Amino acid sequence: MADITSLSLTQTLKALEDKELSLEELNEAYLERIEKYNRELNAYLYVNNDNKKIPAAIKDVIVTRGIPTTAASKILEGFNPPYDATVINNLFEQGVGILGKTNHDEFAMGSSNENSAYEVVKNPWDKTKVPGGSSGGSAAAVAADLCVLALGSDTGGSIRQPASLCGIVGFKPSYGTVSRYGLIAMASSLDQIGPMTKSVEDAAIVTDWIAGPDRHDGNCQDKKWSLDKNKLKSGIKGLKVGVAKEYFKEGLDKGVEKVVKEAIKKLEDLGVKIVGISLPNTKYAVAAYYIILASEVSSNLARFDGIRYGKSRDQFGPEVKRRVMLGTYSLSSGYWDDYYAKAAKVRTLIKQDFEKAFEKVDVIVGPVSPTTAWDFGTKTADPLSMYLSDIYTIPANLAGIPAISVPCGFSQGLPVGLHIQGKFREDSTVLQTAFAYEQATDWRKEKPKL
Amino acid sequence: MRLTKDEVKKVAKLANLPLSDEEEEKYSQQLSKILDYIEQLNSVNTDGVEPTFNVSGQENVVRADEPVASLTQDEALQNAPQRENGFFVTKRVLGEENG
Repeated sequence: MADITSLSLTQTLKALEDKELSLEELNEAYLERIEKYNRELNAYLYVNNDNKKIPAAIKDVIVTRGIPTTAASKILEGFNPPYDATVINNLFEQGVGILGKTNHDEFAMGSSNENSAYEVVKNPWDKTKVPGGSSGGSAAAVAADLCVLALGSDTGGSIRQPASLCGIVGFKPSYGTVSRYGLIAMASSLDQIGPMTKSVEDAAIVTDWIAGPDRHDGNCQDKKWSLDKNKLKSGIKGLKVGVAKEYFKEGLDKGVEKVVKEAIKKLEDLGVKIVGISLPNTKYAVAAYYIILASEVSSNLARFDGIRYGKSRDQFGPEVKRRVMLGTYSLSSGYWDDYYAKAAKVRTLIKQDFEKAFEKVDVIVGPVSPTTAWDFGTKTADPLSMYLSDIYTIPANLAGIPAISVPCGFSQGLPVGLHIQGKFREDSTVLQTAFAYEQATDWRKEKPKL
Repeated sequence: MRLTKDEVKKVAKLANLPLSDEEEEKYSQQLSKILDYIEQLNSVNTDGVEPTFNVSGQENVVRADEPVASLTQDEALQNAPQRENGFFVTKRVLGEENG
């Protein structure tokens, strides 16, 4: 058998079933690897040495009973949640346990992991580069084989962008597929939990495990999304794939563009029909997003009053304060119509762009991130430049649609992800497209040299 | 500057955020720059466009009114910085702190 920690979840489940591997051996192998590499990568904030189940890495913005949960913030240092998030209970039912809690940008606010209050995570492909964010710890843990699977959360790209920058699979399901109960809320109308994995099939399995209605989350769909393995593996011949001209404009790195265009060519070889489309309001997505996001942040983070849990509000880091300030301003008397209401209307236009496009195509493909992983410190002084790095991922959150990042090659040695977006609640088509692409290429077999 | 230091002070008070002098200065500059960028939304024609606040399509979600187990008092209080006789301790809301 191949090295235990290099196995995907799908392969691990098979090895366990065939008794080629025990859960003890599995956990031992991962703990040994964490011991060896985590000090440098800083992917984990907490490691559970007593895990007896299938080892998963959980972003530390998801609450876990009896296991410290910090939201990567000083304000929650020492916080010991009295309950488990719904997704955690769902994983437990499937025989999955918590191997550790992963680092991320404070309260999931950031695109590089540099906003964590507990030091940065390093990109396993090049330790001088950011892993992306905000779920950078989960992405690095999967890329470096420090877990079988990971969970992240995605509000504007926080699963897909680090997945792209670390060369793994990251899937944001349709809004309402997975319960948000126990996810420390950032922007409730955008937040969605999803899998970060070594393969597309793994992502589909984990989504099946964590999806479903929840009495604690009124936005959850009544009908559970379920994995149909036959559909997943049924190929994409005849599928209509949209390519938006707005995704290939100024600001897109030439190296990334080349790799993504080759990936689109590959899809064509697999029998899809490429259709040129336009999403004209894409250019307003970042502006609308930051108003809606910050407004919801300022409201959600009002609960941190230092009375029921947590420390005082001066313990928030700079980016959290910046967003609370922006949101409070945009919601304050006299500005609501100019900012929040205006942004909510632009959100409608962005959603309609997708609805129109999906009359003609089944999925839309493009880059996840305009660049590959960048050097630490490059964007920290200018918050706006950091925000603009999420230009391709934000629209899916505004529209609530499913989207995945699947590895599609390298530019100057750094991973590039292919972004596949689908119709609202047609998560299966997105996964099916990603699976067909993945199986036709060998990118998933590349591993970083640690 | 779109957002003056005085306005930053006012917003910080509304947000219950203690900011240092240096932070007020920095946020005045950074938020002004961000607001300048957001200004472009005004060039979008949104006449007759309904705002979107939620994309789940769910409305008036209710659940069955059945009692289920919840946190015990100890669990609910376990992270409180200060507690007394099974209660959270807060600052006084009405009247003088030591009145």
